Amino acid sequence: MGIYESLNERLYLDKIVEFSKKKKVPVFYGTIWYYLGGVSLFLFITQVVSGILLLLYYQPGVATAFESVRFIVSKVEFGWLIREIHSWSANLFIFFVFIHMFTVFFAKAYRKPRELTWFSGMLLLFLAMGFGFSGYLLPWNELAFFATKVGSDIAGSIPGIGDFLLRLLRGGDEVSGATLSRFFGIHVAIIPAVFTVLLGIHLVLVQVQGMSIPPELEKVPEKDRRYMPFFPNFALRDVLTWLIILNVVALLAVFFPWELGVKADFLAPAPPGVKPEWYFMFMYQTLRLLPAHVWFIEGELLGILTFMVGGLIWFFVPLLDKKAKVGERSKFWNWFGIILIIYMIAMTIWGYLV
Amino acid sequence: MNSDYSDIVNTSKKQTRRKFLDVILGAGFFAWIGAVLYPIGKYLVPPKVADISVDSVEAGVIGEFPPNSSKIIRFGRRPVIVFRQHNGDFHALSATCTHLDCTVQYKSETEQIWCACHNGLYDIEGRNISGPPPKPLAQYQVVLQNDKVIVTRGEMT
Ligand code: HEM
Ligand code: FES
Repeated sequence: MGIYESLNERLYLDKIVEFSKKKKVPVFYGTIWYYLGGVSLFLFITQVVSGILLLLYYQPGVATAFESVRFIVSKVEFGWLIREIHSWSANLFIFFVFIHMFTVFFAKAYRKPRELTWFSGMLLLFLAMGFGFSGYLLPWNELAFFATKVGSDIAGSIPGIGDFLLRLLRGGDEVSGATLSRFFGIHVAIIPAVFTVLLGIHLVLVQVQGMSIPPELEKVPEKDRRYMPFFPNFALRDVLTWLIILNVVALLAVFFPWELGVKADFLAPAPPGVKPEWYFMFMYQTLRLLPAHVWFIEGELLGILTFMVGGLIWFFVPLLDKKAKVGERSKFWNWFGIILIIYMIAMTIWGYLV
Repeated sequence: MNSDYSDIVNTSKKQTRRKFLDVILGAGFFAWIGAVLYPIGKYLVPPKVADISVDSVEAGVIGEFPPNSSKIIRFGRRPVIVFRQHNGDFHALSATCTHLDCTVQYKSETEQIWCACHNGLYDIEGRNISGPPPKPLAQYQVVLQNDKVIVTRGEMT
């Protein structure tokens, strides 16, 4: 008996093979969108691999964090490469998750029966931003130190739970070594664990439900629709995009290195140019533009509340968009998405100009 | 007839017993979840460490402060900015910007306190004069003892 047969008797491999043979991908103008989730997945794997490698030398702690990262980039062979890849791929990862989300949004892929896929995807996006926020502090440099102070202070102004949240995030009243330990644990253990479980759910849902197509295409009779088999046609294309992305990451890492900066100092004044990572910029810029008081409510608070409500609405779009449920495009939600994208891009650019 | 009847009684008795057990088990399950989550939740909240109660800190000797200069010192767990004006007067203010927590600095050209994060400005008394800061900086007292610069909390008599 061959190896395949004996494994098959125990693991029912035939079922998996049969499933993969039947798996197919719709071919139309939007086929390219289907690569975005895969690209996000690949970048996440890149993060896990490069992150684990960094862990071998990185030492959390106020006295060692900055020094250990400097050691990685200056003494360890290819240390700079691993760190640059981790930083660049982190940014691309979040970028692609955002794009993936918006294409899914405009393709109305969140409608029944894929609401749960959308919810799990949104949670993955929040976690990805959590990855970024917590990782940013780890090199313990000046810019990250103050960005974390500002970021956690903003979280601290949420009414009711703000104080609690601030202490929870900082591990005390101030950004200190306790914060660094906490962010380290969050970054390398808590979020990865939760993320992996959610990602598993997300991927299983995608497998079980197959690829969705936009509402217009659903009206085309089945015999007129075009497909390509997932194996090997689509899978090979997936691998090709991954190769391209990896090369892009490597090029960016070599030609546009992220500076390590100066070590954070509790007794140094904040330098100019303290800003959050770009994916927080649209929110940050909004808060910066709001006047101290809008009517009777504090401007900053109003901004935070608006983003919280906005985030919830976006999260629950599958339940709110009544038209998508019956397979139609809702003008309202289309415009909602378009205006949101324009707003985010405009605010981000503005944030970097001032 | 008779036996039918007793059957019904029996099943309904059984059902109430089953329901009772369900409730007990369900409640027990939730209590168990609670017993697991409670300590974890509590563990995550950092303990309140008593604020290192300092009433005064030595910022250095007068010689370290030429006119129009500044220094940030650690006062308990918080930074305090000590600065000396052109005319030689000493001041001390909380160095934590009241906007979003950045650490402020002394602008010698204008004799103002400036926060680089969002361009907040305070005067030498700590009053917020422009930019986003919503509140003034807390004031500290500076006492000169022999050649020592000593910063103390709150009002002096
Ligand atoms: C299991 C997965 C991961 C592990 C074990 C890990 C580990 C680490 C370690 C040890 C550092 C500190 C070294 C350094 O700062 O260069 C770090 C930094 C960082 N991580 Fe991760 N990481 C993981 C996933 C991610 C993901 C998914 C993101 C996506 C946003 C991310 C974003 C960052 C960022 C932005 C930094 C700061 C890089 C820098 O400025 O040096 N990490 N990570
Ligand atoms: S933190 Fe000082 S002006 Fe914003």
